[in-house]
Amino acid sequence: MATPVERRTEVPSAAPTSTIPEPAARRRVSGLSRRRRNQGWLYAAPTALFVTVFFLVPVLLVIQMSLSDWGLFAGNRGLNAPDNYTDALSNRLFWPAVWFTVKYTIITTVILIGIALGLALLVQEVVRWNSFLRTAFLVPSALGLASASLLFYALYAPQSGPFAQLLTALGIGDGTVSFLGSPNAALWSTVAVIVWRFAGFYMLLLLVGLQSISSDVYEAARVDGANRWQTFTNVTLPLLKSSLALCTILCITGSLLAFDQFYILTRGGPDNSTITIVQLVYNTAFGGRNDLGVAAALSLVVLLALIVINAAQFRALRGKED
Amino acid sequence: MATSLRELVAVPTQRVLTGALALIFLFPLVWAAVASVAPQPGTAQVDGWGMGNYARLAGYQAGLAQYLLNSVLISGMTVIFTLAVSLLGGYAFAMFSFPGKNLLFLATLAILMVPYATLLIPLYVLLNSLGLQNSLVGLALVLTMFQLPFATFMMRISFESIPRELAESAYVDGCGTFTALLRILVPAVKPGLITVGLFAFLAAWNDFIAPLILINDSDKVPLPLAVANIRGQVMGVVDYGATEAGVVVLALPCVVLFLLLQRHYVRGFMSGALKG
Repeated sequence: MATPVERRTEVPSAAPTSTIPEPAARRRVSGLSRRRRNQGWLYAAPTALFVTVFFLVPVLLVIQMSLSDWGLFAGNRGLNAPDNYTDALSNRLFWPAVWFTVKYTIITTVILIGIALGLALLVQEVVRWNSFLRTAFLVPSALGLASASLLFYALYAPQSGPFAQLLTALGIGDGTVSFLGSPNAALWSTVAVIVWRFAGFYMLLLLVGLQSISSDVYEAARVDGANRWQTFTNVTLPLLKSSLALCTILCITGSLLAFDQFYILTRGGPDNSTITIVQLVYNTAFGGRNDLGVAAALSLVVLLALIVINAAQFRALRGKED
Repeated sequence: MATSLRELVAVPTQRVLTGALALIFLFPLVWAAVASVAPQPGTAQVDGWGMGNYARLAGYQAGLAQYLLNSVLISGMTVIFTLAVSLLGGYAFAMFSFPGKNLLFLATLAILMVPYATLLIPLYVLLNSLGLQNSLVGLALVLTMFQLPFATFMMRISFESIPRELAESAYVDGCGTFTALLRILVPAVKPGLITVGLFAFLAAWNDFIAPLILINDSDKVPLPLAVANIRGQVMGVVDYGATEAGVVVLALPCVVLFLLLQRHYVRGFMSGALKG
Protein backbone atom coordinates (compact mmCIF):
# COMPACT_ATOMS: atom_id res chain seq x y z
CA MET A 1 0.00 0.00 0.00
CA ALA A 2 2.69 2.45 1.01
CA THR A 3 5.33 1.07 -1.33
CA PRO A 4 4.24 3.11 -4.36
CA VAL A 5 4.58 6.27 -2.30
CA GLU A 6 8.14 5.44 -1.50
CA ARG A 7 8.90 4.49 -5.07
CA ARG A 8 7.50 7.75 -6.30
CA THR A 9 9.85 9.71 -4.09
CA GLU A 10 12.71 7.52 -5.12
CA VAL A 11 12.49 8.22 -8.83
CA PRO A 12 13.77 11.80 -8.84
CA SER A 13 16.56 10.89 -6.46
CA ALA A 14 17.77 8.07 -8.65
CA ALA A 15 18.20 10.54 -11.48
CA PRO A 16 18.52 14.01 -10.02
CA THR A 17 20.34 15.23 -13.14
CA SER A 18 17.26 14.51 -15.24
CA THR A 19 15.33 17.40 -13.71
CA ILE A 20 15.42 19.88 -16.56
CA PRO A 21 17.08 23.09 -15.43
CA GLU A 22 16.28 26.51 -16.82
CA PRO A 23 18.32 27.20 -19.97
CA ALA A 24 20.45 29.93 -18.40
CA ALA A 25 21.57 27.67 -15.59
CA ARG A 26 21.92 24.56 -17.70
CA ARG A 27 25.66 24.53 -18.28
CA ARG A 28 26.49 25.38 -14.72
CA VAL A 29 24.22 22.67 -13.37
CA SER A 30 25.58 19.98 -15.68
CA GLY A 31 29.12 20.82 -14.56
CA LEU A 32 27.87 20.75 -11.03
CA SER A 33 26.27 17.34 -11.46
CA ARG A 34 29.51 15.80 -12.77
CA ARG A 35 31.29 17.09 -9.72
CA ARG A 36 28.40 15.95 -7.58
CA ARG A 37 28.70 12.43 -8.95
CA ASN A 38 32.12 12.09 -7.34
CA GLN A 39 30.99 13.85 -4.23
CA GLY A 40 28.15 11.35 -3.91
CA TRP A 41 30.72 8.63 -3.42
CA LEU A 42 32.56 10.78 -0.94
CA TYR A 43 29.46 11.15 1.24
CA ALA A 44 28.62 7.47 0.87
CA ALA A 45 32.20 6.42 1.71
CA PRO A 46 31.71 6.10 5.50
CA THR A 47 28.64 3.91 4.93
CA ALA A 48 30.56 1.83 2.38
CA LEU A 49 33.46 1.48 4.81
CA PHE A 50 31.21 0.34 7.66
CA VAL A 51 29.23 -2.05 5.49
CA THR A 52 32.43 -3.55 4.05
CA VAL A 53 34.51 -3.88 7.21
CA PHE A 54 31.80 -4.80 9.71
CA PHE A 55 29.31 -6.64 7.50
CA LEU A 56 30.62 -7.97 4.18
CA VAL A 57 34.03 -9.09 5.48
CA PRO A 58 32.47 -10.81 8.53
CA VAL A 59 29.97 -12.61 6.28
CA LEU A 60 32.85 -13.96 4.15
CA LEU A 61 34.83 -14.73 7.29
CA VAL A 62 31.99 -16.68 8.89
CA ILE A 63 31.76 -18.81 5.74
CA GLN A 64 35.48 -19.51 5.92
CA MET A 65 35.24 -20.26 9.64
CA SER A 66 32.40 -22.70 9.06
CA LEU A 67 34.69 -24.65 6.75
CA SER A 68 37.70 -24.60 9.08
CA ASP A 69 38.88 -26.11 12.33
CA TRP A 70 38.72 -22.88 14.31
CA GLY A 71 39.02 -22.88 18.09
CA LEU A 72 38.15 -19.93 20.30
CA PHE A 73 41.70 -19.70 21.64
CA ALA A 74 43.61 -21.85 19.14
CA GLY A 75 42.45 -19.84 16.12
CA ASN A 76 42.46 -21.08 12.55
CA ARG A 77 43.90 -24.59 12.14
CA GLY A 78 43.05 -25.09 8.47
CA LEU A 79 40.15 -26.37 6.43
CA ASN A 80 38.16 -29.34 7.70
CA ALA A 81 34.96 -29.12 5.62
CA PRO A 82 32.37 -30.45 6.05
CA ASP A 83 33.13 -31.61 9.60
CA ASN A 84 31.70 -28.51 11.30
CA TYR A 85 28.35 -28.92 9.57
CA THR A 86 27.99 -32.62 10.36
CA ASP A 87 29.14 -31.86 13.90
CA ALA A 88 26.61 -29.03 14.30
CA LEU A 89 23.69 -31.03 12.92
CA SER A 90 24.49 -34.16 14.93
CA ASN A 91 24.74 -32.28 18.24
CA ARG A 92 22.24 -33.98 20.54
CA LEU A 93 20.83 -30.56 21.52
CA PHE A 94 20.35 -29.41 17.91
CA TRP A 95 16.92 -30.84 17.11
CA PRO A 96 15.47 -30.16 20.59
CA ALA A 97 16.68 -26.55 20.21
CA VAL A 98 15.10 -26.25 16.75
CA TRP A 99 11.85 -27.72 18.01
CA PHE A 100 11.78 -25.48 21.09
CA THR A 101 12.62 -22.36 19.05
CA VAL A 102 9.84 -23.11 16.56
CA LYS A 103 7.34 -23.80 19.33
CA TYR A 104 8.30 -20.62 21.13
CA THR A 105 8.08 -18.63 17.86
CA ILE A 106 4.59 -19.89 17.03
CA ILE A 107 3.24 -19.26 20.53
CA THR A 108 4.81 -15.80 20.77
CA THR A 109 3.73 -14.68 17.31
CA VAL A 110 0.11 -15.79 17.68
CA ILE A 111 -0.33 -14.25 21.14
CA LEU A 112 1.65 -11.11 20.46
CA ILE A 113 0.02 -10.19 17.16
CA GLY A 114 -3.42 -11.02 18.58
CA ILE A 115 -2.94 -8.78 21.62
CA ALA A 116 -1.28 -6.03 19.56
CA LEU A 117 -4.22 -6.00 17.15
CA GLY A 118 -6.67 -5.81 20.06
CA LEU A 119 -4.74 -2.91 21.62
CA ALA A 120 -4.51 -1.09 18.28
CA LEU A 121 -8.27 -1.35 17.77
CA LEU A 122 -8.80 -0.19 21.33
CA VAL A 123 -6.76 3.00 21.02
CA GLN A 124 -7.24 3.89 17.35
CA GLU A 125 -9.75 6.65 17.99
CA VAL A 126 -7.94 9.95 18.51
CA VAL A 127 -9.04 11.14 21.95
CA ARG A 128 -6.97 12.25 24.91
CA TRP A 129 -7.71 9.13 27.01
CA ASN A 130 -6.44 6.91 24.22
CA SER A 131 -3.16 8.78 23.95
CA PHE A 132 -2.63 8.04 27.65
CA LEU A 133 -3.38 4.35 26.99
CA ARG A 134 -1.04 4.32 24.01
CA THR A 135 1.79 5.74 26.10
CA ALA A 136 1.15 3.19 28.86
CA PHE A 137 1.28 0.30 26.39
CA LEU A 138 4.38 1.73 24.70
CA VAL A 139 6.54 2.52 27.73
CA PRO A 140 7.78 -1.09 28.14
CA SER A 141 9.16 -1.01 24.60
CA ALA A 142 11.63 1.69 25.64
CA LEU A 143 13.27 -0.87 27.92
CA GLY A 144 15.88 -3.24 26.66
CA LEU A 145 15.02 -6.88 26.36
CA ALA A 146 17.72 -7.63 28.92
CA SER A 147 16.33 -5.05 31.36
CA ALA A 148 12.81 -6.41 30.90
CA SER A 149 14.04 -9.95 31.49
CA LEU A 150 15.93 -8.92 34.63
CA LEU A 151 12.86 -7.08 35.88
CA PHE A 152 10.65 -10.14 35.43
CA TYR A 153 13.36 -12.37 36.89
CA ALA A 154 12.94 -10.49 40.16
CA LEU A 155 9.17 -10.22 39.71
CA TYR A 156 8.81 -13.98 39.27
CA ALA A 157 11.06 -14.91 42.19
CA PRO A 158 9.11 -16.18 45.20
CA GLN A 159 11.62 -14.41 47.52
CA SER A 160 10.99 -10.97 46.06
CA GLY A 161 8.03 -10.97 43.69
CA PRO A 162 4.44 -10.35 44.72
CA PHE A 163 2.91 -13.33 42.92
CA ALA A 164 3.80 -16.05 45.40
CA GLN A 165 2.27 -14.13 48.30
CA LEU A 166 -0.73 -13.20 46.19
CA LEU A 167 -1.41 -16.80 45.21
CA THR A 168 -0.98 -17.96 48.79
CA ALA A 169 -3.39 -15.28 49.95
CA LEU A 170 -5.88 -16.49 47.36
CA GLY A 171 -5.42 -20.03 48.62
CA ILE A 172 -3.83 -21.29 45.40
CA GLY A 173 -0.70 -23.36 45.86
CA ASP A 174 1.47 -23.41 48.96
CA GLY A 175 3.66 -20.36 48.37
CA THR A 176 6.28 -22.28 46.43
CA VAL A 177 4.77 -21.72 43.01
CA SER A 178 7.57 -21.55 40.48
CA PHE A 179 7.47 -19.51 37.31
CA LEU A 180 10.71 -20.81 35.88
CA GLY A 181 11.01 -24.22 37.52
CA SER A 182 9.29 -26.47 35.00
CA PRO A 183 9.80 -26.48 31.21
CA ASN A 184 6.25 -25.35 30.51
CA ALA A 185 6.18 -22.67 33.20
CA ALA A 186 9.52 -21.33 31.96
CA LEU A 187 8.24 -21.15 28.39
CA TRP A 188 5.02 -19.33 29.27
CA SER A 189 6.73 -17.02 31.76
CA THR A 190 9.17 -15.99 29.03
CA VAL A 191 6.34 -15.46 26.53
CA ALA A 192 4.70 -13.16 29.11
CA VAL A 193 7.87 -11.02 29.29
CA ILE A 194 7.99 -10.74 25.51
CA VAL A 195 4.30 -9.86 25.25
CA TRP A 196 4.72 -7.16 27.89
CA ARG A 197 7.83 -5.76 26.20
CA PHE A 198 6.64 -5.88 22.57
CA ALA A 199 2.82 -5.54 22.57
CA GLY A 200 3.01 -1.74 22.35
CA PHE A 201 5.65 -1.91 19.63
CA TYR A 202 3.45 -4.04 17.35
CA MET A 203 0.35 -2.08 18.36
CA LEU A 204 2.05 1.04 17.00
CA LEU A 205 2.92 -0.66 13.70
CA LEU A 206 -0.69 -1.84 13.33
CA LEU A 207 -1.98 1.59 14.33
CA VAL A 208 -0.10 3.12 11.42
CA GLY A 209 -1.89 0.63 9.16
CA LEU A 210 -5.28 1.28 10.75
CA GLN A 211 -4.96 5.02 10.34
CA SER A 212 -4.16 4.70 6.66
CA ILE A 213 -7.60 3.14 6.08
CA SER A 214 -9.83 5.91 4.78
CA SER A 215 -12.96 6.74 6.75
CA ASP A 216 -14.93 6.58 3.46
CA VAL A 217 -14.52 2.81 3.46
CA TYR A 218 -16.02 2.54 6.94
CA GLU A 219 -18.77 4.92 5.92
CA ALA A 220 -19.58 2.73 2.91
CA ALA A 221 -19.69 -0.36 5.14
CA ARG A 222 -22.02 1.44 7.53
CA VAL A 223 -24.33 2.48 4.69
CA ASP A 224 -24.40 -1.13 3.52
CA GLY A 225 -25.62 -2.09 6.98
CA ALA A 226 -22.56 -4.03 8.09
CA ASN A 227 -22.33 -4.66 11.82
CA ARG A 228 -19.13 -4.20 13.83
CA TRP A 229 -17.89 -7.76 13.36
CA GLN A 230 -18.62 -7.75 9.62
CA THR A 231 -16.83 -4.43 9.25
CA PHE A 232 -13.84 -5.84 11.12
CA THR A 233 -13.54 -9.07 9.12
CA ASN A 234 -14.51 -7.69 5.71
CA VAL A 235 -13.05 -4.18 5.77
CA THR A 236 -10.43 -3.72 8.48
CA LEU A 237 -8.60 -7.04 8.29
CA PRO A 238 -8.14 -7.15 4.50
CA LEU A 239 -6.94 -3.54 4.39
CA LEU A 240 -4.61 -4.18 7.32
CA LYS A 241 -3.00 -7.15 5.61
CA SER A 242 0.31 -5.54 4.72
CA SER A 243 0.76 -4.14 8.24
CA LEU A 244 -0.12 -7.51 9.74
CA ALA A 245 2.32 -9.20 7.40
CA LEU A 246 5.10 -6.80 8.39
CA CYS A 247 4.40 -7.49 12.09
CA THR A 248 4.34 -11.24 11.52
CA ILE A 249 7.63 -11.23 9.62
CA LEU A 250 9.32 -9.08 12.29
CA CYS A 251 7.89 -11.18 15.11
CA ILE A 252 8.81 -14.53 13.57
CA THR A 253 12.33 -13.37 12.75
CA GLY A 254 12.82 -11.88 16.21
CA SER A 255 11.50 -14.96 18.00
CA LEU A 256 13.54 -17.41 15.95
CA LEU A 257 16.63 -15.48 17.04
CA ALA A 258 15.60 -15.28 20.72
CA PHE A 259 18.55 -15.13 23.09
CA ASP A 260 18.62 -12.44 25.82
CA GLN A 261 15.36 -13.45 27.49
CA PHE A 262 16.30 -17.12 27.85
CA TYR A 263 19.92 -16.39 28.73
CA ILE A 264 18.74 -14.23 31.64
CA LEU A 265 15.56 -15.97 32.74
CA THR A 266 16.28 -19.66 32.33
CA ARG A 267 19.88 -20.12 31.15
CA GLY A 268 18.40 -22.84 28.93
CA GLY A 269 17.02 -24.73 31.89
CA PRO A 270 15.39 -26.57 33.45
CA ASP A 271 17.13 -29.64 32.00
CA ASN A 272 18.08 -27.89 28.75
CA SER A 273 14.38 -27.59 27.94
CA THR A 274 14.50 -23.93 26.91
CA ILE A 275 17.64 -23.82 24.76
CA THR A 276 17.00 -21.77 21.63
CA ILE A 277 19.03 -22.13 18.50
CA VAL A 278 20.96 -18.88 19.05
CA GLN A 279 21.77 -19.99 22.59
CA LEU A 280 23.17 -23.17 21.12
CA VAL A 281 25.34 -21.06 18.80
CA TYR A 282 26.53 -18.99 21.76
CA ASN A 283 27.23 -22.04 23.93
CA THR A 284 29.14 -23.73 21.12
CA ALA A 285 31.29 -20.67 20.51
CA PHE A 286 31.84 -19.19 23.96
CA GLY A 287 29.99 -21.17 26.60
CA GLY A 288 32.25 -24.13 27.20
CA ARG A 289 32.78 -25.84 23.86
CA ASN A 290 34.79 -22.90 22.54
CA ASP A 291 34.55 -24.11 18.95
CA LEU A 292 34.06 -21.13 16.65
CA GLY A 293 34.07 -23.31 13.52
CA VAL A 294 31.08 -25.40 14.57
CA ALA A 295 29.32 -22.27 15.88
CA ALA A 296 29.89 -20.55 12.53
CA ALA A 297 28.46 -23.56 10.68
CA LEU A 298 25.46 -23.60 12.99
CA SER A 299 24.84 -19.88 12.58
CA LEU A 300 25.03 -20.19 8.79
CA VAL A 301 22.40 -22.93 8.97
CA VAL A 302 20.27 -20.46 10.96
CA LEU A 303 20.87 -17.74 8.37
CA LEU A 304 19.87 -20.08 5.56
CA ALA A 305 16.71 -21.19 7.37
CA LEU A 306 15.82 -17.57 8.03
CA ILE A 307 16.26 -16.60 4.38
CA VAL A 308 14.06 -19.51 3.29
CA ILE A 309 11.37 -18.68 5.86
CA ASN A 310 11.35 -14.98 5.01
CA ALA A 311 11.30 -15.65 1.28
CA ALA A 312 8.32 -17.96 1.79
CA GLN A 313 6.54 -15.27 3.81
CA PHE A 314 7.19 -12.60 1.20
CA ARG A 315 5.97 -14.94 -1.52
CA ALA A 316 2.81 -15.79 0.42
CA LEU A 317 2.20 -12.08 0.96
CA ARG A 318 2.76 -11.16 -2.66
CA GLY A 319 0.58 -14.07 -3.82
CA LYS A 320 -2.27 -12.76 -1.70
CA GLU A 321 -1.89 -9.20 -2.92
CA ASP A 322 -2.14 -10.16 -6.60
CA MET B 1 -25.52 6.89 17.59
CA ALA B 2 -25.77 5.73 21.16
CA THR B 3 -28.42 7.19 23.39
CA SER B 4 -27.17 9.55 26.04
CA LEU B 5 -28.05 7.10 28.82
CA ARG B 6 -26.08 4.32 27.17
CA GLU B 7 -23.16 6.63 26.68
CA LEU B 8 -23.40 7.68 30.30
CA VAL B 9 -22.76 4.08 31.39
CA ALA B 10 -20.54 2.93 28.53
CA VAL B 11 -17.85 5.59 28.71
CA PRO B 12 -16.95 5.19 32.41
CA THR B 13 -17.08 1.39 32.10
CA GLN B 14 -14.74 1.52 29.15
CA ARG B 15 -12.46 3.91 31.01
CA VAL B 16 -12.27 1.57 33.99
CA LEU B 17 -11.55 -1.51 31.88
CA THR B 18 -8.97 0.11 29.61
CA GLY B 19 -7.44 1.91 32.58
CA ALA B 20 -7.00 -1.43 34.32
CA LEU B 21 -5.30 -2.76 31.20
CA ALA B 22 -2.93 0.22 31.20
CA LEU B 23 -2.15 -0.46 34.87
CA ILE B 24 -1.20 -4.04 34.02
CA PHE B 25 1.38 -2.69 31.57
CA LEU B 26 2.68 -0.11 34.02
CA PHE B 27 2.65 -2.42 37.04
CA PRO B 28 6.05 -4.16 36.54
CA LEU B 29 7.85 -0.82 36.19
CA VAL B 30 6.15 0.68 39.23
CA TRP B 31 6.76 -2.51 41.19
CA ALA B 32 10.49 -2.47 40.40
CA ALA B 33 10.80 1.15 41.51
CA VAL B 34 8.92 0.48 44.76
CA ALA B 35 10.59 -2.86 45.51
CA SER B 36 14.06 -1.37 45.03
CA VAL B 37 13.56 0.89 48.06
CA ALA B 38 11.27 -1.39 50.06
CA PRO B 39 12.43 -3.53 52.97
CA GLN B 40 13.04 -7.13 51.97
CA PRO B 41 14.89 -9.99 53.68
CA GLY B 42 18.06 -11.18 51.98
CA THR B 43 18.88 -7.80 50.46
CA ALA B 44 20.84 -4.73 51.52
CA GLN B 45 17.57 -3.13 52.60
CA VAL B 46 16.20 -5.35 55.37
CA ASP B 47 14.62 -2.86 57.78
CA GLY B 48 12.51 0.08 56.71
CA TRP B 49 12.54 1.92 53.42
CA GLY B 50 15.73 3.36 52.00
CA MET B 51 18.45 3.34 49.42
CA GLY B 52 20.36 0.32 50.74
CA ASN B 53 20.05 -1.61 47.50
CA TYR B 54 21.42 1.33 45.52
CA ALA B 55 24.31 1.64 47.95
CA ARG B 56 25.15 -2.02 47.43
CA LEU B 57 24.83 -1.58 43.68
CA ALA B 58 27.18 1.42 43.84
CA GLY B 59 29.84 -0.70 45.52
CA TYR B 60 29.34 -3.83 43.44
CA GLN B 61 32.68 -5.01 41.99
CA ALA B 62 34.02 -2.21 39.79
CA GLY B 63 31.24 0.03 41.07
CA LEU B 64 28.05 1.39 39.54
CA ALA B 65 29.90 4.56 38.46
CA GLN B 66 32.29 2.52 36.31
CA TYR B 67 29.52 0.52 34.64
CA LEU B 68 27.45 3.65 34.07
CA LEU B 69 30.49 5.31 32.51
CA ASN B 70 31.01 2.29 30.24
CA SER B 71 27.37 2.39 29.15
CA VAL B 72 27.45 6.15 28.59
CA LEU B 73 30.65 5.88 26.52
CA ILE B 74 29.32 3.00 24.42
CA SER B 75 25.95 4.68 23.84
CA GLY B 76 27.50 8.10 23.22
CA MET B 77 29.96 6.81 20.64
CA THR B 78 27.30 4.70 18.94
CA VAL B 79 24.95 7.69 18.68
CA ILE B 80 27.69 9.95 17.30
CA PHE B 81 28.99 7.39 14.80
CA THR B 82 25.46 6.48 13.68
CA LEU B 83 24.42 10.12 13.25
CA ALA B 84 27.58 11.02 11.31
CA VAL B 85 27.56 8.01 8.99
CA SER B 86 23.81 8.03 8.30
CA LEU B 87 23.68 11.82 7.82
CA LEU B 88 26.32 11.66 5.09
CA GLY B 89 24.99 8.38 3.72
CA GLY B 90 21.39 9.59 3.63
CA TYR B 91 22.57 12.77 1.87
CA ALA B 92 24.47 10.72 -0.72
CA PHE B 93 21.61 8.28 -1.36
CA ALA B 94 18.92 10.98 -1.57
CA MET B 95 20.65 13.83 -3.39
CA PHE B 96 23.38 12.31 -5.57
CA SER B 97 23.61 9.72 -8.26
CA PHE B 98 26.77 7.68 -8.41
CA PRO B 99 27.71 4.26 -9.72
CA GLY B 100 26.99 1.45 -7.27
CA LYS B 101 24.48 3.55 -5.34
CA ASN B 102 21.63 1.05 -5.36
CA LEU B 103 23.97 -1.85 -4.67
CA LEU B 104 25.43 -0.11 -1.62
CA PHE B 105 21.96 0.80 -0.34
CA LEU B 106 20.78 -2.78 -0.70
CA ALA B 107 23.93 -4.07 1.01
CA THR B 108 23.22 -1.70 3.91
CA LEU B 109 19.65 -2.96 4.25
CA ALA B 110 20.88 -6.56 3.97
CA ILE B 111 22.44 -6.18 7.44
CA LEU B 112 18.88 -6.68 8.73
CA MET B 113 18.72 -10.10 7.09
CA VAL B 114 21.67 -11.61 8.90
CA PRO B 115 21.19 -12.80 12.49
CA TYR B 116 23.09 -11.01 15.21
CA ALA B 117 24.87 -14.16 16.34
CA THR B 118 25.97 -15.05 12.82
CA LEU B 119 27.81 -11.73 12.57
CA LEU B 120 29.14 -11.58 16.11
CA ILE B 121 31.20 -14.76 15.76
CA PRO B 122 33.35 -13.48 12.86
CA LEU B 123 33.32 -9.97 14.36
CA TYR B 124 34.92 -11.38 17.51
CA VAL B 125 37.79 -12.70 15.36
CA LEU B 126 37.91 -9.59 13.17
CA LEU B 127 38.09 -7.13 16.08
CA ASN B 128 40.94 -9.16 17.53
CA SER B 129 42.92 -8.80 14.33
CA LEU B 130 42.14 -5.06 14.17
CA GLY B 131 43.43 -4.63 17.72
CA LEU B 132 39.93 -3.64 18.87
CA GLN B 133 39.28 -6.71 21.00
CA ASN B 134 37.79 -6.03 24.40
CA SER B 135 37.44 -2.33 23.59
CA LEU B 136 34.50 0.01 23.99
CA VAL B 137 35.34 1.68 20.66
CA GLY B 138 35.19 -1.66 18.84
CA LEU B 139 31.86 -2.45 20.49
CA ALA B 140 30.47 0.97 19.52
CA LEU B 141 31.59 0.47 15.90
CA VAL B 142 29.81 -2.90 15.78
CA LEU B 143 26.65 -1.44 17.35
CA THR B 144 26.77 1.39 14.81
CA MET B 145 26.86 -1.14 11.98
CA PHE B 146 23.72 -2.81 13.37
CA GLN B 147 21.99 0.60 13.45
CA LEU B 148 22.86 1.51 9.86
CA PRO B 149 19.95 -0.15 8.01
CA PHE B 150 17.33 1.80 9.95
CA ALA B 151 19.41 4.97 10.27
CA THR B 152 20.40 5.15 6.59
CA PHE B 153 16.85 4.43 5.47
CA MET B 154 15.47 7.06 7.84
CA MET B 155 17.98 9.73 6.77
CA ARG B 156 17.46 8.94 3.09
CA ILE B 157 13.71 9.50 3.30
CA SER B 158 14.31 12.60 5.45
CA PHE B 159 16.50 14.13 2.74
CA GLU B 160 14.12 13.02 0.02
CA SER B 161 11.23 14.82 1.68
CA ILE B 162 13.10 18.15 1.50
CA PRO B 163 11.81 20.24 -1.40
CA ARG B 164 14.38 19.87 -4.21
CA GLU B 165 14.38 23.60 -4.87
CA LEU B 166 15.82 24.26 -1.42
CA ALA B 167 18.95 22.22 -2.12
CA GLU B 168 19.26 23.32 -5.74
CA SER B 169 18.99 26.98 -4.83
CA ALA B 170 21.86 26.56 -2.40
CA TYR B 171 24.06 24.96 -5.07
CA VAL B 172 23.21 27.62 -7.64
CA ASP B 173 24.07 30.30 -5.08
CA GLY B 174 27.57 28.88 -5.17
CA CYS B 175 27.48 26.85 -1.99
CA GLY B 176 29.58 23.71 -2.07
CA THR B 177 27.62 20.55 -1.39
CA PHE B 178 29.09 20.32 2.09
CA THR B 179 28.31 23.92 2.99
CA ALA B 180 24.77 23.40 1.69
CA LEU B 181 24.47 20.31 3.86
CA LEU B 182 25.62 22.04 7.03
CA ARG B 183 23.87 25.40 6.56
CA ILE B 184 20.62 24.50 4.89
CA LEU B 185 19.94 20.78 4.90
CA VAL B 186 20.88 19.70 8.43
CA PRO B 187 18.23 21.97 9.99
CA ALA B 188 15.69 20.52 7.55
CA VAL B 189 16.43 16.91 8.51
CA LYS B 190 16.72 17.57 12.25
CA PRO B 191 13.60 15.53 13.16
CA GLY B 192 15.05 12.54 11.30
CA LEU B 193 18.35 12.96 13.16
CA ILE B 194 16.55 13.01 16.51
CA THR B 195 14.69 9.80 15.64
CA VAL B 196 17.89 8.09 14.49
CA GLY B 197 19.77 9.28 17.58
CA LEU B 198 17.01 8.08 19.91
CA PHE B 199 16.88 4.61 18.36
CA ALA B 200 20.67 4.34 18.36
CA PHE B 201 20.82 5.32 22.02
CA LEU B 202 18.10 2.88 23.10
CA ALA B 203 19.72 0.05 21.13
CA ALA B 204 23.25 0.71 22.39
CA TRP B 205 22.25 1.35 26.01
CA ASN B 206 20.26 -1.86 26.14
CA ASP B 207 22.32 -4.21 24.02
CA PHE B 208 23.25 -7.42 25.75
CA ILE B 209 24.62 -10.06 23.41
CA ALA B 210 27.22 -7.90 21.62
CA PRO B 211 29.07 -6.85 24.80
CA LEU B 212 28.58 -10.37 26.19
CA ILE B 213 30.63 -11.70 23.28
CA LEU B 214 32.98 -8.80 22.50
CA ILE B 215 33.96 -7.58 26.00
CA ASN B 216 35.95 -9.98 28.19
CA ASP B 217 37.16 -7.62 30.87
CA SER B 218 34.58 -7.46 33.69
CA ASP B 219 35.53 -3.82 34.41
CA LYS B 220 34.59 -2.80 30.89
CA VAL B 221 31.13 -4.33 30.64
CA PRO B 222 28.11 -2.05 30.24
CA LEU B 223 25.36 -1.86 32.84
CA PRO B 224 22.98 -4.57 31.54
CA LEU B 225 25.73 -7.19 31.76
CA ALA B 226 26.86 -5.95 35.16
CA VAL B 227 23.32 -6.14 36.56
CA ALA B 228 22.85 -9.60 35.04
CA ASN B 229 26.11 -10.68 36.72
CA ILE B 230 24.96 -9.50 40.15
CA ARG B 231 22.51 -12.37 40.25
CA GLY B 232 25.09 -15.12 40.47
CA GLN B 233 27.15 -13.18 42.97
CA VAL B 234 27.61 -14.89 46.31
CA MET B 235 27.41 -18.68 46.32
CA GLY B 236 24.46 -18.71 43.96
CA VAL B 237 22.33 -16.59 46.28
CA VAL B 238 20.60 -13.98 44.18
CA ASP B 239 20.50 -10.44 45.54
CA TYR B 240 17.06 -9.45 44.26
CA GLY B 241 17.25 -6.04 45.89
CA ALA B 242 20.37 -5.02 43.99
CA THR B 243 18.87 -6.50 40.81
CA GLU B 244 15.76 -4.35 41.22
CA ALA B 245 17.89 -1.27 41.84
CA GLY B 246 19.94 -2.13 38.75
CA VAL B 247 16.80 -2.48 36.63
CA VAL B 248 15.62 0.95 37.79
CA VAL B 249 18.97 2.55 36.89
CA LEU B 250 18.86 0.79 33.51
CA ALA B 251 15.26 1.70 32.74
CA LEU B 252 15.12 5.27 34.01
CA PRO B 253 17.03 7.02 31.18
CA CYS B 254 15.14 4.99 28.57
CA VAL B 255 11.73 5.78 30.02
CA VAL B 256 12.53 9.49 30.50
CA LEU B 257 13.94 9.84 26.97
CA PHE B 258 10.99 7.92 25.57
CA LEU B 259 8.44 10.16 27.31
CA LEU B 260 10.27 13.30 26.15
CA LEU B 261 10.74 12.16 22.56
CA GLN B 262 7.67 9.96 22.07
CA ARG B 263 6.72 11.89 18.93
CA HIS B 264 10.07 11.08 17.33
CA TYR B 265 9.84 7.46 18.42
CA VAL B 266 6.46 7.14 16.70
CA ARG B 267 7.86 8.75 13.54
CA GLY B 268 10.41 5.96 13.35
CA PHE B 269 7.56 3.48 13.16
CA MET B 270 5.73 5.48 10.52
CA SER B 271 8.76 5.24 8.25
CA GLY B 272 9.23 1.60 9.17
CA ALA B 273 5.66 0.83 8.14
CA LEU B 274 6.18 2.78 4.93
CA LYS B 275 8.96 0.39 4.08
CA GLY B 276 6.65 -2.64 4.32
